Amino acid sequence: MNKVIIFAENFDGQFKKATFEAVSYGARIAEQMGGEAIAVSLGEVADAELMTLGNYGASKVVAVHSDTLNTLDARAFAKVIADLVVKESAGVVVFTSSNASKAVAPRVAVRLNAGIVFGVSGLPVSLSPFTLPKKVYHGKAFAEVVMKSGVKVISLAQNSFGVAENRIAAAIEKVEVAIDADLIKTKVVNVEKSTGKVLLNDAEIVVSGGRGMKSPDKWQPLEELAEILGAALACSRPVSDEGWRSHSEHVGQTGKIIAPNLYFAFGISGAIQHLAGVSSSKVIVAVNTDKEAPVFSAADYGIVGDAAAVLPRLNAALKKFKSEN
Amino acid sequence: MKILICISNVPDTTTKIKPSADGKAIDLANVQWIINPWDELALTRALELKEAPGSKIEKITVLTVGDKIAEPTIRKALAIGADDAIRVNADPGDNYFTAFQISEALKNLNYDIILCGIESSDYNGSATGAMLAEFMDLPSVSSVSKLEIEGDAVKLNREIPGGFEVVEVAKPFVAIVQKGIAKEPRIPSMRGIMMARTKPLQVVEPSPAEPLTAFESYSSPKPKAACRLVDAENVEELVNLLHNEARII
Repeated sequence: MNKVIIFAENFDGQFKKATFEAVSYGARIAEQMGGEAIAVSLGEVADAELMTLGNYGASKVVAVHSDTLNTLDARAFAKVIADLVVKESAGVVVFTSSNASKAVAPRVAVRLNAGIVFGVSGLPVSLSPFTLPKKVYHGKAFAEVVMKSGVKVISLAQNSFGVAENRIAAAIEKVEVAIDADLIKTKVVNVEKSTGKVLLNDAEIVVSGGRGMKSPDKWQPLEELAEILGAALACSRPVSDEGWRSHSEHVGQTGKIIAPNLYFAFGISGAIQHLAGVSSSKVIVAVNTDKEAPVFSAADYGIVGDAAAVLPRLNAALKKFKSEN
Repeated sequence: MKILICISNVPDTTTKIKPSADGKAIDLANVQWIINPWDELALTRALELKEAPGSKIEKITVLTVGDKIAEPTIRKALAIGADDAIRVNADPGDNYFTAFQISEALKNLNYDIILCGIESSDYNGSATGAMLAEFMDLPSVSSVSKLEIEGDAVKLNREIPGGFEVVEVAKPFVAIVQKGIAKEPRIPSMRGIMMARTKPLQVVEPSPAEPLTAFESYSSPKPKAACRLVDAENVEELVNLLHNEARII
């Protein structure tokens, strides 16, 4: 029961930072428990890519192949992972907090009669009883939660642990599984995906606009700032509710919860629900005309001023900075 | 066709959250209770589908696992337009316990579509919906931002990084829904509130089970250091601070 299994999610055959973070985290728990960290990859991933999981402490990578595993079906994914946990007699199963993790991890937990904790914010504070730190009420309080089941299923909050290099030559074990066709009742009939954009959940820097941007046609300077910094674009709830921007850009309690290194809030007053979605950002910069706006209480740096006036100046200053550094 | 929506009774999202003096609970005195925001959007979408021309939806039920304190929230869901309600009379201990209780309560009830919000705004668990699907041995689709019924077929948009997939799923199924599923939650009308008083609310007792996780202690986040203000005319200083002090660019 001292083995840790980590779900190594791939995106079109590539692993992302969140996967490496989960492997780093799982490897550290395995070390604490005196066990081994095993990453499990589902679907088509090249050997060289599988090997990269060893850089973060996975001593074994189980690569499960089946034609049906290239597309997410929560039931099929959960069965494959739960079967592996049983086969390896693992005690802990680690997921990220991605959409796929949210789809699959709860089903794995039920299959294993295991407790589950989502959005864990760090290493166990104790192994016996197995106690984990977690934010609740979207960061308005911190809590410690005890897991009483034999197997424990954990989902790690993004950017809460970080990636930790710990190079091991991972052994690759390839497994073919036959998935019962009756199990799969979902079918992807179309995919719409923008390419080339920095994705909100992956971004190190996020630039966000609120109602203080005044109208949807005033977004160009914000887009320019995002381009200069290689940042993703986001917005507040009123902006997405009014259709100024797509709901996929909405960050806040009911939209996306993000934790970038740097978050810029332009013309966002900082309603408690908005701050709940961004308060895990390492550094927050706020620009708002109202010096009493609550966003300044959450910000590290602030400018009292109109976003429309500040943005062009900031863009110019950053361009100059980038050209000199 | 029958739709079931699982709803959570949660503190209003504007509530200031304070741990109790001994740190073993959250102080919930004087809290305003609401329908969990995503569950409310799921209910809104179900009503839109029921009201659409040619709709084959004959019933929308809301279900909650909760003690009597949850009843005003259930009545609100009925006032918004649900036809009837089920309350499993138990404290929703954890995701595992709650999902198990829902699956027990739904045995033999034959709902075609079961909708759950992506998480509850209090414990941010993100697990009950998919756990319910596994307990019931049903397919589930998570991260759903759109749900359309076309004849007998159901099409869902499943959010993925940078876009979405259109997923077809066979009924019965569980959809775990998020932002986008409906635009704005509905506000109950006076007539709705009057009608809600007489709509059926069935209370069922829980099945034997124990939660597998327990919250033991709570603390407040450390207050943040004061915001450092930079003059609007001097954005170069901000760039300098982000580079040399925060070391972030």
